[in-house]
Amino acid sequence: MARITASVYTSHVPAIGAALDLGKSHEPYWQPVFNGYDFSKQWMKDNPPDVVFLVFNDHATAFSLEMIPTFAIGTAARFQPADEGWGPRPVPPVIGHPELAAHIAQSVIQDDFDLTIVNKMDVDHGLTVPLSLMCGQPQAWPCPVIPFAVNVVQYPVPSGRRCFNLGRAIRKAVASYDEPLNVHIWGTGGMSHQLQGPRAGLINKAFDNAFLDRLIADPADLAQMPHIDYVREAGSEGIELVMWLIARGAMDDAPPRVRHRFYHVPASNTAVGHLILENAS
Amino acid sequence: MALEKPYLDVPGTTIFDAEQSRKGYWLNQFCMSLMKPENRARFKADEKAYLDEWAMTEAQKQAVMSRDLNRCIALGGNIYFLAKIGATDGKSFQQMAGSMTGLSEEAYRDMMIAGGRSPEGNRYTHEWERK
Repeated sequence: MARITASVYTSHVPAIGAALDLGKSHEPYWQPVFNGYDFSKQWMKDNPPDVVFLVFNDHATAFSLEMIPTFAIGTAARFQPADEGWGPRPVPPVIGHPELAAHIAQSVIQDDFDLTIVNKMDVDHGLTVPLSLMCGQPQAWPCPVIPFAVNVVQYPVPSGRRCFNLGRAIRKAVASYDEPLNVHIWGTGGMSHQLQGPRAGLINKAFDNAFLDRLIADPADLAQMPHIDYVREAGSEGIELVMWLIARGAMDDAPPRVRHRFYHVPASNTAVGHLILENAS
Repeated sequence: MALEKPYLDVPGTTIFDAEQSRKGYWLNQFCMSLMKPENRARFKADEKAYLDEWAMTEAQKQAVMSRDLNRCIALGGNIYFLAKIGATDGKSFQQMAGSMTGLSEEAYRDMMIAGGRSPEGNRYTHEWERK
């Protein structure tokens, strides 16, 4: 049987991808950000997954205002890095896992989560920046990736509670897949940031660190937090953090092992947060 | 009965909800068109002519031409869509975000390096009205 063994949480700031692609990762501004992922790159080599289920959001790239799916699962065999206006990032194409993706869609929809099935989708920095942070700059990504896009652009976005319960449904779906695959689930986006309006530049270190504490120790309680708390405390784009609750809900109920924790301000407009949690058994 | 929108009581912040999205549909779809290099070239060659091809309001077109992002957002624009205009102009996301705050580019960058804008005094609209 397949099993989710670990979860990874990370910000997906586009400027991080640009810094890496333009060879700026050793500049003093960027070095502390990338240093925070040195452990993680080694951990990926020591604990290679067979498949990564990657929760991210599209930033007006694959989805315009023509269609706005709340939850969209990528079931294609391959996903191209998108041209977001600066040309596509020079990173490998993303190889999917259509069999597992279709199985998860079948199971999760029958569990009352109405997923949109996506067979053609270019993937933007929301997906490729986490891969770069965790895997560096390889010729090919180390394993297949199932992209899972969440609408956090147009409100109302899904609640934290719904995201957490969706994670539980994904856990169940993976556990009923016959092939013995080692699956990692990643939740990306955040942490505190606001990109718009006169309040742009908001950062809330106290909120972010409390979020990390509660995500580790009491995610079911954290999942009750209403949207307005994210907006007011973590900025209008801090709402991306609800996606972390999908990954956390997919973990076992027993307390996880915290393998790595990192926090840094700033990367461009954003607070960078990162966790690696492993299931205990 | 009106829908509850507690996020209207956050200063300097416009939440892109279904109502804003309805208002800004063509503005945002125009922005989306700038993902294609040939459209970027046509827009740069004659901004007004290109904008006139879209079912946008004159106020929206004017806000785009004057690169007034706060005004664009008030008229239904969303920052991830408006970012395509910035990309066309060769601006970074930090330059775009900073342009909405009233700070110079340098002052905004320095604020971020120093830890960003504190939430203190920036949570509720009445906190800004006193300033």
